[in-house]
Amino acid sequence: MKFYIALLVMGLLTQNFVLAKFLGICPFLGVSKKLGTAVGMSSAVVVVMLISTAATYPINNFLQSHDLGYLQTIVCILVIAALVQMVEIILKKFMPPLYNALGIYLPLITTNCAVLGVVLLNFDNGYTFGQSMINSLGGGLGFMLAMVLFAGVRQKMETCDIPESLKGLPITLIAASLVSLSFVGFTGIVEGMGLM
Amino acid sequence: MEEKRSLGKEFTKGIIKENPVLRLVLGTCPTLAVTTSAINAIGMGIAATIVLVCSNVAISALRKVIPSKVRIPAYIVIIASFVTLVQMVVKAYVPALNDALGVYLPLIVVNCIILGRAEAFASKNPVGASALDGLGMGVGFTTSLFIMGTIREILGAGTFLSGADNLLGILGVTFKGFDFTEGLSKIGLAPMTLFILPAGGFFVFGMLIALANKISDEKGLSKAELHGCKHCPMASTCTHMSDEQRAECGMSAKTDENVKTADGEAGNS
Repeated sequence: MKFYIALLVMGLLTQNFVLAKFLGICPFLGVSKKLGTAVGMSSAVVVVMLISTAATYPINNFLQSHDLGYLQTIVCILVIAALVQMVEIILKKFMPPLYNALGIYLPLITTNCAVLGVVLLNFDNGYTFGQSMINSLGGGLGFMLAMVLFAGVRQKMETCDIPESLKGLPITLIAASLVSLSFVGFTGIVEGMGLM
Repeated sequence: MEEKRSLGKEFTKGIIKENPVLRLVLGTCPTLAVTTSAINAIGMGIAATIVLVCSNVAISALRKVIPSKVRIPAYIVIIASFVTLVQMVVKAYVPALNDALGVYLPLIVVNCIILGRAEAFASKNPVGASALDGLGMGVGFTTSLFIMGTIREILGAGTFLSGADNLLGILGVTFKGFDFTEGLSKIGLAPMTLFILPAGGFFVFGMLIALANKISDEKGLSKAELHGCKHCPMASTCTHMSDEQRAECGMSAKTDENVKTADGEAGNS
């Protein structure tokens, strides 16, 4: 139980996917301009992360038991791409309101390194099924936390007077640097809470 | 002569004018993640360049065979195969680099630069031009990574090219890189660890893009911009978005040309 909580805290704070592991930077910088899109995108990421972890775990076990470990990367990316398409079709057919809120982000998630990254990290760390799911949930929620916080920062920045050369992308990256720096403050929280 | 000059252009455009990292802002995840040392940056750059050239050649050779409706999955399979090959070679011959790059090595699969070049260039151009385009983009990617790695390593760790013997050990290189930490501590200074932390990565990247913007401003080129999903190779698959949603993601409104490209018509002409 302690380990599960540790995984969640790590995913949310100390090992945040965006701010510490640099996974999923494109959507983090690209769609964090408005709070609404940030929440939509990150909810879609959480859902896809959980589904892909659940689907790839047994497949990886099968590959490992048949000495086909080298196929991991190809199989994982294909399974994720197919799953994303499937989720999109199912949502469109059965849950149109949800589709309108999340669906537009789904095609972009296929090539989101956060999703493939969490799947591969789960394998590398040798997590069990439960641990993998919790790790993916923590990673996804951490992604959401970073996106939502950063959307707030960017909205404040809209009204600032910024030097010409720094306008646009550079100042956004520097703001991301400061947000990331504030997360360094959580270092040691997992050990401090006696979770590890 | 004309032919040669344009081929030369395919190669050089990726290095400065369309530098994938500093001008097009693609492949940001590996750029930020592996640039804690210059050697890791070079290793990542070389691995990505090999994948980029090979996948560009393969995709360009198969461009008339792959049906446009399933082209994205087909490209992903081709890219993933080459990534797996590179991963095996690195694991076998340069295990230290494999440990240093970790999960970012297989993640070359989802590097936007590679899928982006496949979609924007290799699917429409002959094999030779595609290979040069891939090589140019790869060199541009490696150069930017090396510059970032150098800045972050010198400021953050007080070393330069440390671990060179790990990357080039197979060629008999025993050079271990420069270490300035001792010299620095003599005058009472220590490296600024901040720069090898994630925060330093964002900061250095932001400053480099600001510099690139300043230079391109003086030369009358357009700025590197935050383009949301506009440059994302998957953007063409978002055809069911409304214009309003497209604008929210930083894409231009749906035009006939956009729709055409999405259907793969432009790719065949």
